[in-house]
Order: sequence, then structure tokens, then C-alpha cells
Amino acid sequence: MTEEKTKKIIKTIKVDVDKCNGCRACEVICSAFHATPEYSSNNPARSRIRVIRDPLKDIYIPVYAGEYTPAECMGRDKYTIDGKEYDECAFCRASCPSRDIFKEPDSGLPLKCDMCESDPPLDEPLCVQWCLNDALTYEEREEDVEEEVEQEELEIGLEALADKFGLDKIMDTVARMSMKD
Amino acid sequence: MRYAETGYNLEIDLARGNIERVETDPRDTELFLGGLGTSAKILWDRVPPETDPFSPDNLLIFSTGLLCGTPAPGANRTIVTTYSPQTLLMAYSMMGGFWAPELKHAGYDKVIFRGKSPNLVYLWINNDNVEIRDASHLQGKGAVETAELIKDELNDPKAQVAAIGLAGENRVYMASIEQGRSSASRLGIGAVMGDKGIKAIAVRGTKDINIARPAEFIELCNEVLQYIKVREEKPVPGVMPILAGLGSPQEMKLHDEKWHTENFMWGNSRTRRKDFWNKEVEKKWKESQENTRTRLVSCYNCPMKCGALISVPGISTYMMKCFSKLTYTMAAYSDLDFGFRIAQRATEYGVDGFSTPQVMAFGLELYEAGILTDQDMEGMPSDNEERFYWLLDRIVRREGIGDILADGTYWAAQKIGKGAEEYAHNNIKKHEQLPLKLSMLNPVYFLMYSTGEKINITQIEGQFPQAPFATMEEREDFVKDWIQVPDEKFKQYLLDWEFRGENSNPYYPTVQMSCEIVDWQETMHYIDDALGICAGLSSFPLKPPYHIHNYPTLISSGAGIDMDEAGLWQAAKRNRTLVRAINVRRGMRRADEKPPEDHWKKRFPELEEELLDTYYKFKGWNNEGIPTRETLQELGLDDVAEDFVQREIVKDAEDTPSDDISAGKEKE
Repeated sequence: MTEEKTKKIIKTIKVDVDKCNGCRACEVICSAFHATPEYSSNNPARSRIRVIRDPLKDIYIPVYAGEYTPAECMGRDKYTIDGKEYDECAFCRASCPSRDIFKEPDSGLPLKCDMCESDPPLDEPLCVQWCLNDALTYEEREEDVEEEVEQEELEIGLEALADKFGLDKIMDTVARMSMKD
Repeated sequence: MRYAETGYNLEIDLARGNIERVETDPRDTELFLGGLGTSAKILWDRVPPETDPFSPDNLLIFSTGLLCGTPAPGANRTIVTTYSPQTLLMAYSMMGGFWAPELKHAGYDKVIFRGKSPNLVYLWINNDNVEIRDASHLQGKGAVETAELIKDELNDPKAQVAAIGLAGENRVYMASIEQGRSSASRLGIGAVMGDKGIKAIAVRGTKDINIARPAEFIELCNEVLQYIKVREEKPVPGVMPILAGLGSPQEMKLHDEKWHTENFMWGNSRTRRKDFWNKEVEKKWKESQENTRTRLVSCYNCPMKCGALISVPGISTYMMKCFSKLTYTMAAYSDLDFGFRIAQRATEYGVDGFSTPQVMAFGLELYEAGILTDQDMEGMPSDNEERFYWLLDRIVRREGIGDILADGTYWAAQKIGKGAEEYAHNNIKKHEQLPLKLSMLNPVYFLMYSTGEKINITQIEGQFPQAPFATMEEREDFVKDWIQVPDEKFKQYLLDWEFRGENSNPYYPTVQMSCEIVDWQETMHYIDDALGICAGLSSFPLKPPYHIHNYPTLISSGAGIDMDEAGLWQAAKRNRTLVRAINVRRGMRRADEKPPEDHWKKRFPELEEELLDTYYKFKGWNNEGIPTRETLQELGLDDVAEDFVQREIVKDAEDTPSDDISAGKEKE
């Protein structure tokens, strides 16, 4: 166990919805980049960024595909901001059974933004490059990750489990899980 | 595999309710590219020239352009083609927005309607599922309202809807088709849609669009975006603000309207108000604009912001673009607040923002002149602005005087008589034009106004400046990075062009130069209209990102069609000639090719004749403006040549025009 602090690069796409002109260029270039071979086709339905639009209500929110979730939340949220009522779960990034975005249109497989990972790496994700209105901007920063804290959290968690199931059972389970790997 | 296009059209027979998915011939794409080109080919092949616009045999074609839906920025235009009830000639009117790319993703290049539906319907295209649905519950609904209702009822907020309002349903000749922030407004295509009983077309698509040589294509797209950035940062100096940048004139962004309000005509294109714009007006209009404009918006895959969301307190939100901001305001001698308010109602009714205000001002002028009487105008309010609302309501419902005015100023004047014809003074080929009256004839514009098949003063301009630059320094500065010119000689034309003296309008640019400039400008438009790329990024503004030098590679890498500059120029010429041929077969002749009588104060009949003579020759047309056999054959349009002989449009292979051709087909 090391107590050294490690560095982590945090990649952030900053979304300024006020600057969005609703053109969906981000969807176009995202789906083109992720086609195989690269740029050989495009299709916003496969994009890992979608502009949630309700033009007449002045709703334009670019949202990125996050993790896949096999089950939807126990309840849904619905925001009203500055008098504008947004769709249920509008700001959520999950590829979720509750809605049809962030899924391949034919197979239904989940989509997830990978920040245009490529070799050599791009300066910025392409949606950012194609957004000439600066609704999308990119920021990278380094953060110290304090391993110590994680260690502490882990121990607290394990203690709780040990209290509940007994330490032996926990050790058995850990052994069995590591054999599976 | 087909690239950029899908290779399929939808054929809808409205009378029988039959829907077919038909594979298209890739050779047609090679010849006519797509969009306007292939639609013109279909119109030529399938609709006989004697067909009445409101006949079931008339086709109404909704087309994407060849590059629509690809990553090419601004490739989003829907091109609608049919015969116009107003001009009786071919109509092609276009709209941006989001509809065409969605249709491509659904798997189709065009939707072709024939026949008439016995009751009001709408078409729902959801990838492979296409159905004609009852629209009786949408009868009389606004165009914007209809789109929202349809999306709700289909439970598909991502569907794109093109719809008509009451005006289209009632076959008003200036009825538009509205869609998103855009509309196809000119020449009465909304009336044809209404005549066919189609309230709307909703489309949703989730299929791929394929690119032939991806790396090369995307590289070009990136260059286009980079160039747009450069142009945004560096407006063209020495021209008025609306001409300095890209896109359509940035009416939604700018609030300084000194130029428009003092140079364009008010009322029925009559009065110039030279000292109109002052601090007080500016303050008030700026307030009107800033209080109602919620956001600047664009069309699909375009970084520009030519449109705006307009929310006037108390009335429902709509989207506006370009010059409709001022057409109602100026027709009524009113202010911007009125303009924003009445345009909301007009958008829901679905009417052309150029023709409609002019028709209303025309009606009021006739009333003031005593040609229309109190009896004709029974029930008209006394307040000026209220009169415009009243007339708008009558026109779209075809009630009373509205029924006559609904046919536009030309036909209304014919019906009213008593000298009303004099008041329908701002038309080209029976169609209302921009309210612009100028002093000195401009030879380039004379040719474009007179011979443009679009029959529309707006959007036929191009990349050659509208006026000379005052100093040689400015000219040299302009030409030094003018990469768009097809030939270096155009730079010299501009360098030598002066405000006064020998090298000024109307004799300079010379007749020959004028023909060359017009040829360049319209060639770029015909390319755009085939590719579905917005003129705002190409043929319309000065120094655009798309031009004759990068288009060939964009087409070949995108669509997999071999293309070089000469080949592309030839394809555009083929399309331009085919559209001309369609109109010639409908009866259009030299006598119809003229600008509004009073467009310029200083006219030069001999020069104008020479301009037409030379231009026709330059184009390979005979003296009546009819493409010659040789020209047609060179373009591979042999069937057109044969048809002309068979119909005795030309007497023989020598292209001598027949004697008994009446100029301009008249309706009984």
C-alpha cells in the first residue's frame, strides 16, 4: 500500500447552453468519427452527444453519453429552470432503458462518449472543434488523487460488511472472486 | 453502394393511397447531380407542358440535395419543385432547416407526390415505415402549430415536419411550406401542396449516410469550417454590414436598419424615405428586437445563425429569418414591433413574406385610388395596422376581396381591371419582387432579373460585388485573397470598375463581361441547388467557403462521382439549360424576360437588347431564349432537342423560332 498521491487527468467539456445555435454539428461529426472506417458514414442516431432540443421552448442542451445502466432509477427528475420545463431526466447522461438516446439504432447497444480517444490523440474532442459558436469548450486539468482517502473508504466499507457477514465469509468471497478473474 | 445519396425515392400516389420505394438511376446523378437537377429531369420526363398546376397530373417533388445529411457544413436544403400557379412556369423554392437531412437518414433522396388526396392527409415517414394519415383534425391549424401537434401525436419529438397553414389549404398563390426555422415560400408551392390535400410531411430517420472517400471528404469539410472562422473574424471591408459576412443577410443579429429602411421602398414598393432612420427609431427598434428575440438559431450542421426564435409577449413563439423582419413593417409604413407581431400570424397561416405584404399594400393602394370601393372592402377597420391584419385574414381564407388578392398582384389586377394593372408594378413573370427601386441600370443585375429561372430577385446574387469599390486601394485589397474566382480576369473587371465615367454602369462591366459574371454567379447557384448546400455559405455572399475550386473534390470524395471543374461547370450548365427548357416548353419567351418596369429609373433599351442578345448567344440559346439543338446535344439533352422540334417550338434543326408562339402563357 502506497500513500503517495497520484495524478489524474480530468477531461471536461464545458457546455454553455446559451451559446448553442441548435445546429447539431456535434452529432454529425461525432457519429462520423466513430464510424468504421473512420468518417465512412455518419448518423446522429449513433452519436455520443445529442442536442436535447425543443426549439420553440428555447431548449437546446447538448448532453454527452455516459455509462450504461441496466436499470432505470427508482424515480425520475424533471427540472424547470428560468420558467423552462425540461424533459424528464433531460440532463442525465446514462444510456438507460427509460429512453432511446445513446443506443445504437439497430442493435440497441449502449453508446458512450470516449472523448474521441485516438492515436495520436486529438487536441480536443471533435464535437468541440466543430462547435464554432463555443457552446462546447474543452478543458483538461490534473488532479491529485489521494489514495489514502480511498483506502480509508475501503476499510470503512469492509468493516461494515465484516460486521454483517463475518470476516471469514468476506475472505472466502474475495478468494472466490479473484479466482474467477 | 451509393454514396452521399440513398439511391431511393418515395413515390406517393395520393389518389390511390399507394406508396412505393423506387430505386433511382445512378447515371442521372452523374448527369444532374441531384436536388434541383434530378427534380427538373423528373418534371421534364413526367409532367406534360400543358398540365395545369392544380391538375392531379402535376407533380410536387420534395428533394434533398446530393450532399444533404453528409458532414459538409450547410448541406441541409430541401428543394421543392412543381409548376407554379402564379407564374404557370416551373417553381423551385427551397428551405433550410432540418428536414432534408432527416429524409436522407430515413433512406430517401426525394418524395414525389402525384394525384390528389380526396381528404386532407399527412405523410409520416419513419425509416421503412411510410404511411398516409388522416389530417382532418389539423384542418385550419397553423403551420407551426401543426408541426407541434403532429410530433405530439406521433410521440416523436425528433421528427421533422414540413407543413402548410390555412393559406396552402385554400390554394392561396403565395402560400408557403413552413419547417423549423425555415420555409419554402416563393411561387405558390404551398398552394400546390394544399391542392393535393397534403397538410404536412413528418419524417424521422436513423440510417447511415455513406461517404466514398472519407478521409479526403472530412479534410475538405474541416477546411470549410476553418475558412468560415476566418471570414467571421474578417468581414469584407467597404461594403454594408449585411454583405460583409457569410450566411443570409444577418437581419436577426443586426439592428442597424438604416440601409434597408432608407433604400428599400415602403408601401406597395413606392416610397423611399431617405431620412427615416434616426436615433429615436433606432432605440425603439433595437428594443423591439432585443425584447422579442430569444435566441439566434441555425439550420442543420451549420455554424451560422441566420434565424431567430421570436417571442412577442402574448402571442405564441415562432422563428424568423432574414428580411421578413422588415417586409410587413415597410409595406404598412409601421414599426418593427408591428412587423414581429404580424409575421407571427403570417407564419402560422403559411404565406410568403415577400409577396404577401406587397399584395396587401397593393390592395390598400387600389382602395385609396378608388379602384377598390367601400363595397369591396366591406368591414375593413379604419386603423392602418388593423387593416393589414384584416386583409391577411381575408386573403388566407379567400373571403371577399381576399379571394381576388389571394392570386397575387398580377392576377388580381387582371380581375379587378379599371387600371389596377398599373399598380401591379413590381413583378417579374407575374411574381412579386423585393421592393427595390434604383436609379442607374446595372447590366449584371438586368440580366439576372430578366433571365433568372428562379424568378426571384433575392438569392440570385453572387460573389461579384454589387457595386464598385471607391478607391483602387480597396479594390486591390479585395482581389488579393479572392480565391473564389473561376478565372483571374474577374479580378481585373473589378479593379477597373468605377462609380463614374467610362468604366461605370450601365456600360461597364461591358456586355461580354456582364454575361461572364452572370454565368459564374448562376453556375454556382445551380451547383448549390443540386447539392443542397445553402447559398449562404456558397453562391450568395462575397468570398464564401465553397467555390468552384473545392466543389469538384467535395463531390467526388463524397459521392464517388468523378468530377473536375470543367465537368462540374458542364453539369451546372446542363441543369440550368434543362430548367430553361421546361419553361420554354411552358411558353416562356424573350418577351417575358424583363425586370419590373420601374426597377431602374435610367433605362437603356438598346443596351438591354444587346445584353439579352449576347447573353442568349453566350448560353447557346437562340434569339428567343430557346436552347439550340447543338447546345442541347452537347449537354446530352437530345430528348429535349427532339421534343422541341416535335412540338414545333423550333421549326427545324436550324433552331429558327416558330412564328406563332405567343409570349407568356395566359390562363383563361
